[in-house]
Amino acid sequence: MSKHMTRKATRHVNQNEGLIFEKSSPGKAAWKLPPLDVPDVSASTLLGTQERKDLGNMPEVSEIEIIRHFTRLSTWNYAIDLGMYPLGSCTMKYNPRVNEVVSRLDGIANGHPYQPEKISQGALRIMKTLSDCLLEITGMDAITLQPAAGAHGEFTGLLMVRAHHESKGTARKKILIPDSAHGTNPATAAMVGYAVENLKSNSKGMVEISALQSQMNEDVAALMLTNPNTLGIFEQEIHKVADILHAKGGLLYMDGANMNALVGKARPGDFGVDVMHLNLHKTFSTPHGGGGPGSGPVAVKKLLEPFLPTPVVISKADGTLGFNYDRPQSVGRVRSFYGNFGMFVRALAYTLANGPDGLRQTTEDAVLNANYIRKGLEGVFDLPYSSPSMHEVVFSDKLQAKNGARTMDLAKRLIDYGFHPYTTAFPLIVPGAMMIEPTESESREELDLFIEAMKSIAQEVEEDAELVKSAPHTTRVARLDETAAARKPILRWKPASEQPQDT
Amino acid sequence: MRYLPKSPADRQAMLKAIGTSSIDELFAPIPAEYRLNRDLKVPRQMAESEIVDWFRERSRENGENHASFLGAGAYNHYRPVIIDSLISRGEFLTAYTPYQAEISQGTLQSIFEFQTMICELTGMEVANASMYDGSTAAAEAVMMAVRLTGRRTVAVARSVHPEFREVLATYAFHQGMPLTTVPFTDDGRLDRKSVEDAITGDTACLLIQSPNFFGSLEDVEALAEVAHRKGAMLVVSIAEAVSLGIVEPPRQADIIAMEAQSFGVPVGFGGPYCGVIATREQFVRQMPGRLVGQTVDRGGKRGFVLTLATREQHIRREKATSNICTNQALVALMVNIFMTIYGKVGLKELARHNLAKTAYAVQQFGKHASVLFPATPRFNEFVVQTSEDPYAINSRLLGHKIVGGLPLKKFYPELGNASLWCCTELTTRSMIDTAVGLVAESESSVNGSREESVEEVAR
Amino acid sequence: MSYPSDFKYTKEHEWIKADGSTATIGITKHAQESLGDIVFVELPKPGAELTAGKTFGSVESVKAVSDLYAPATGTVTEVNGDLATAPEKINQDAHSSWMLKIKLKNPGELNALLSSADYEKFVAEEGGS
Repeated sequence: MSKHMTRKATRHVNQNEGLIFEKSSPGKAAWKLPPLDVPDVSASTLLGTQERKDLGNMPEVSEIEIIRHFTRLSTWNYAIDLGMYPLGSCTMKYNPRVNEVVSRLDGIANGHPYQPEKISQGALRIMKTLSDCLLEITGMDAITLQPAAGAHGEFTGLLMVRAHHESKGTARKKILIPDSAHGTNPATAAMVGYAVENLKSNSKGMVEISALQSQMNEDVAALMLTNPNTLGIFEQEIHKVADILHAKGGLLYMDGANMNALVGKARPGDFGVDVMHLNLHKTFSTPHGGGGPGSGPVAVKKLLEPFLPTPVVISKADGTLGFNYDRPQSVGRVRSFYGNFGMFVRALAYTLANGPDGLRQTTEDAVLNANYIRKGLEGVFDLPYSSPSMHEVVFSDKLQAKNGARTMDLAKRLIDYGFHPYTTAFPLIVPGAMMIEPTESESREELDLFIEAMKSIAQEVEEDAELVKSAPHTTRVARLDETAAARKPILRWKPASEQPQDT
Repeated sequence: MRYLPKSPADRQAMLKAIGTSSIDELFAPIPAEYRLNRDLKVPRQMAESEIVDWFRERSRENGENHASFLGAGAYNHYRPVIIDSLISRGEFLTAYTPYQAEISQGTLQSIFEFQTMICELTGMEVANASMYDGSTAAAEAVMMAVRLTGRRTVAVARSVHPEFREVLATYAFHQGMPLTTVPFTDDGRLDRKSVEDAITGDTACLLIQSPNFFGSLEDVEALAEVAHRKGAMLVVSIAEAVSLGIVEPPRQADIIAMEAQSFGVPVGFGGPYCGVIATREQFVRQMPGRLVGQTVDRGGKRGFVLTLATREQHIRREKATSNICTNQALVALMVNIFMTIYGKVGLKELARHNLAKTAYAVQQFGKHASVLFPATPRFNEFVVQTSEDPYAINSRLLGHKIVGGLPLKKFYPELGNASLWCCTELTTRSMIDTAVGLVAESESSVNGSREESVEEVAR
Repeated sequence: MSYPSDFKYTKEHEWIKADGSTATIGITKHAQESLGDIVFVELPKPGAELTAGKTFGSVESVKAVSDLYAPATGTVTEVNGDLATAPEKINQDAHSSWMLKIKLKNPGELNALLSSADYEKFVAEEGGS
């Protein structure tokens, strides 16, 4: 092992554990149902030929085996609870546990979406309070909580953009998207029937205003912008951007993924944004859970309010809350029921735990942390853009590439130092990108350990590049063969009797 | 603020290291006119005990300790306690998407097991790692069929959940996908003839749900035959996953779009839930959503990775199969653990209990009101038609802390005073008897033309 | 790196070898190197029409997708079935791993394409890193 290993990483032994099917055996059980208090039935009588006789290779295991299985599996994961995730634009902040407790209260966890409004005032109050907070934070006029994730929110937002233009006579044809945009942006535009036109960034990493000027016309429905952008840079000419769009009837869509740099310090509604989505699983602390669930509320200015998905929450004359389904211009529904309600509870708990001071301090700490890392690593890694960083900083692997070590290699070696990798190879406009967002949840100690680790890796690239290029060395599995996984996909377990002979 | 691991001294030292004197300098890139110089008007900071109290109030205002007969796409099943014990582990709860496979094997292996079990239960060959919910899974499955067949029109059964159909309409509208609605018969499901009429040479797929919105089983084999004969695909939506324990899965389907909420996910006022798409291996490259595949590491050790990522948005961008990025991973883990707990024998028993409770309720309701679609096999939901307005009946039930069946007038006005009732293994005989008694009371009183003003409970 | 002199090349890194009114098409060694390990090739079926300059399929590696652009106009007569099960053949020898055989609509189109010398020059200029 390298002489440079830092204090953070420590080795421990992880139990081996196979697939649950490999432990299955007829007669084992982890369940028990109470006796039937109604007459038993014959499935074949009731269902006829549609009776299912056989559940195939579903497992049969005991409760302790399940507890051990998943507990052991969990120890193979890195997690925020263990340490920093410097992933750019993911905002891997602390997931407060009070959020988990309140979401499990009986009326909240077991409320049915179709139960009468009279006994749904609790849920409605949660939705209304969260909505009001999010509107205040974003500076917008109206909001929907229905979309289940950020990309889903982008879809909903663009649907409303389209509906707005259609109400004015023509849907228009295209969406402008900066070359630094997250992949969901163009994917979403295509789903809403728009063509995508690329918008170049300038040497400062911001939107090239002259390019926008020449590309803006009456065929452009909207510009989708992330602000601060994926380079962590605030679009300082955002008002010019908004003006150019509005002058020709276009709308400004903001991808709210980077709101962690703005909450309590600036509001998108104030700088010209017409429609935006939020990521409750980023800025508002709801847990990532291995990839989801998320929640992607969409906030709009008044001009788009009529198009919000149905239903909307309303205050009635008698002081109670309800759902309004009478929305003739609505874009319709983007999912069943009202959205990922469990995430509303968590996001609201987070907001209440912070209050105005906490929210502002959180944002300040996030930006402070990113700049501290930038200062610590400047000179060690190439910094492609000199513009000031907000809550995230993007380096490149240019200085290390001459020794053959690329961003992915450096990231894999970071694992040996006890950290999760930063975001590699994104944004696409920075070849060999290393995108780092610490969030406010990192202490100075953790940041210093991170800076120390990154410096050490840079040193290792000079002294022993192979060590870095073949990392990680301390994990349960080494680098995995992704090529084989894609060429001959094995997407499920099969019992030995059903596996093909050449496996 | 107690979530922030910094002392004032830390902040000072860091600012000094950066070379700035105040945090305001770091926000200078935001033009002055936009910088907020006031507090956000959100509620003041609360102590943890205050937060818990606030939500306890909301819980009390949200029908605590009520018994419910509601289903309609969100099902009240027992959640074994180890589900929360396990998913609450920080290594699952606070982990990120498993892009870095070496430190995400826990998440990846559980997803691989999830995919396997979904395949076993649905009879399909591949399954993805989750979609947002059943409604969006259905919409994405339909779009998949359109891509695969190159045809444009979509035939949708009217017995599919009304909100699923609304979502599909929203997605279809901008994809140039005309929708045709296929009516159901007096038996509460589709018949061959209506499907023959609805499917043309330009139909990409027929979308049905089984058990359907009324709880009745569609004749999947017959409908598949018609669809396939005409070159269209069959997409089957499954909203009540527990049915797979005792009802044959739609093996003739080309694509199955499931809602797995019944498998250990709280009803939670509508979300988060767990959609899944399952299909045949030959269609896998057109399937949206993440996929986990088995492989080996440099040392030959078995491991798991996200694979076939070239379908997804971060690579294909505007040509992606979908824009989905964040999915329902933690909820899928709940589903995974539930399926593992009940397993091969338990899922069947659980489903049988649901059948039994429902059969008893149908029999009892049938003595006092009309239970529709008696000739069609059903799983755990049924439609009751009464003389009295269901809203009035439910009002009376609410007085006994019972939430009655979903009035169907707003979705199916032609069914008159009909409501949709669901019984699961958690529905007790006493609940059923009480509800039936209250319905019986109102039926005899209405039929005896006694006038009563009843407080209507608005839906 | 040498490129067969009896092939013609496009700026999108496809090669085409004419044989009277039929031609064989593949991607160049440079292309497969840029892509890395190829995991999947999406090709049209026999009978499909290709239009010069328009996309006709794609090549996938683990982390990237590249569109394939038709070097000439014509009708697909044969598709290399090997590539469905062994796409790695392209990595092993790109210039022998043909993808499609087509019947050319206008053999003269090939005159506008790059010779092996011109293509080699183009790759060197495009490269740099």
